[in-house]
Amino acid sequence: MDASTALVINAIIAGLLLGGFYAAVSLGISISFGMLDVVNIAHPAFIILGSYVAYIVNDRFGFDPIFVSVVLSPLFFLLGMALYRIYYIAFEKRGQESLRGLAFFFGILFITEVTLVLIFGVDYRTVGTVYGDVTWRAGPVDFPMRLVVPFLVSVTMVVGVQLFLTHTFFGRAVLAVAQDQLALRLMGVNPVRVKELAFALSIATAGVAGAFLIVIQPVQPAIGREYIGLVFAVCVLGGMGSIWGTLIGALVLGIAESFTSTFFGPSWAPAVSFGLLLATLAFRPSGLLGR
Amino acid sequence: MSSRVFAAVAFAVAIGFAAASQLIPNEYYFTAAYTVLQFVILATAWNILGGYTGYVNFGSAAFFAIGAYTTVFLYNAYKAPLLVMIVAGTLVAGLAGLGLGYLTLRLRGVFFAIASLALSVVLFTFIVNWDYVGGARGAYVLQPREVPFGLPRYIHLLYVVMVLQAAVSLIVARTIEKSTIGRGLAAIRDDELAAECSGVPTLRLKIFSTMVSCALMGMAGTTFPYYLSFIEPTSAFSLSYAVNSIAMPLIGGMMSWIGPLIGAILLGSVQQLVQVMFSLGAWNLLIVGVLLVLFVTLAPNGIMGWVDAWRRRKGR
Repeated sequence: MDASTALVINAIIAGLLLGGFYAAVSLGISISFGMLDVVNIAHPAFIILGSYVAYIVNDRFGFDPIFVSVVLSPLFFLLGMALYRIYYIAFEKRGQESLRGLAFFFGILFITEVTLVLIFGVDYRTVGTVYGDVTWRAGPVDFPMRLVVPFLVSVTMVVGVQLFLTHTFFGRAVLAVAQDQLALRLMGVNPVRVKELAFALSIATAGVAGAFLIVIQPVQPAIGREYIGLVFAVCVLGGMGSIWGTLIGALVLGIAESFTSTFFGPSWAPAVSFGLLLATLAFRPSGLLGR
Repeated sequence: MSSRVFAAVAFAVAIGFAAASQLIPNEYYFTAAYTVLQFVILATAWNILGGYTGYVNFGSAAFFAIGAYTTVFLYNAYKAPLLVMIVAGTLVAGLAGLGLGYLTLRLRGVFFAIASLALSVVLFTFIVNWDYVGGARGAYVLQPREVPFGLPRYIHLLYVVMVLQAAVSLIVARTIEKSTIGRGLAAIRDDELAAECSGVPTLRLKIFSTMVSCALMGMAGTTFPYYLSFIEPTSAFSLSYAVNSIAMPLIGGMMSWIGPLIGAILLGSVQQLVQVMFSLGAWNLLIVGVLLVLFVTLAPNGIMGWVDAWRRRKGR
């Protein structure tokens, strides 16, 4: 195998691994924005919050960040419930979600970021894991464990959520909310309650995704912004409300970004997701697997 | 008051304001007032789309930076005069707004909001990689040594320019608001489908107001490189422009041109005070964020909403 083939294969592998992580990051947006029609642009803020929670516990007690995030995900779930309560009472109930609801989430995003800056400063934070420095080598192809572990847990989480949504009563109620709220009401289910729990689930996935993020790269409060466009790009590219679409969209984006970093330089990588988002909005707004 | 009378009054007030403040001996006043006026323009511009039609633009920083970097480009390439830079920056930002609007305003409003956020990051990446305008390192834009019109320092000139730009923005905003275009925009805000059915050319109006709004944001950025004498992407694309230009109209009130003006003066001055008294930049942003969330949740119509309610109660 010559050097350029190895480069391409490595770029594809790195892209797929990264894409798996992007799927975890975007999963929550697929639920909140794709299914519940709640445009939570503060989603990345909760990802960064998850990173910092994992960082604090890892720093104090040395537990594995991903393990910590899964154990503490009920906290994020509760946070999500509280946030949706406020959002529902202040905006959705009054029919003002389109402008003021957006501004509300933007404010939440901003407050979270600034608060983290005030507490932790703008230094990059890292975590210590047993697999952080390990890399498998299959010939010229590298499998860095700091990408493989988040990839595996992330894909498990995405598949788990998809199975949960399609195979349980509550999951089907969430899918029904996305399609027809009035019909759900006629069936005797309270759509607000369903949305509250589903939104809480989306925030819980953000917390876990935050732990993946800090395993993969050092984190500082402002990097959340880079993920705003990314999560929506993946969600729109995959097709609104389709979990499989989110997974495929995330893998496509991961590969596209990895190729851009390899062949044009890493400083161009952030533009890829946004370029892809603009292109999707302009040419195929319904996404790859959109209805 | 007709639009023409309003324009005359606004210009008269602006010129009077600019002339009277030349008597102030304190240099700090001009530096601080520049920042507040910058926010007056940004908030007024944002409101032309956000307040009148209800479409949220998160990309204020991007259009501001387009204006600023047009100046940097013209400075490096031709050493162009300031007036040319202002006109060019306004036009380029307007064209960018037209493009963004054309691509995304056919879709639901939320896609426009997300795309505008996306645009800031694309442009940021583009500028970071463009060495001619300084790239990630930044570029120096030196203030000319000769100050025209017999003004003592260059910051005085920049201040006068900002006062005039603020007057222009307010005139544009009010003229649009009171014209048939403004009524069309209000119809879009209240019910876009009903507006379309009643024969309001919704898409054309939305694209028009996006273009005007973005052009004014670009205009606000054109003098920024001279103000700091140095510009780098992180400061030009600072998220604080985006959050301030949303928070100010929301806090002041979005229904008319006066709301963003009140919000900008209030919030801009508070930020200056906090900066001077405590010299804490991050706390400043926290205050804006908290005020934004509080107002949007508890007082959705802003300060002007209170004023209107009070007037109604008095009238009864």
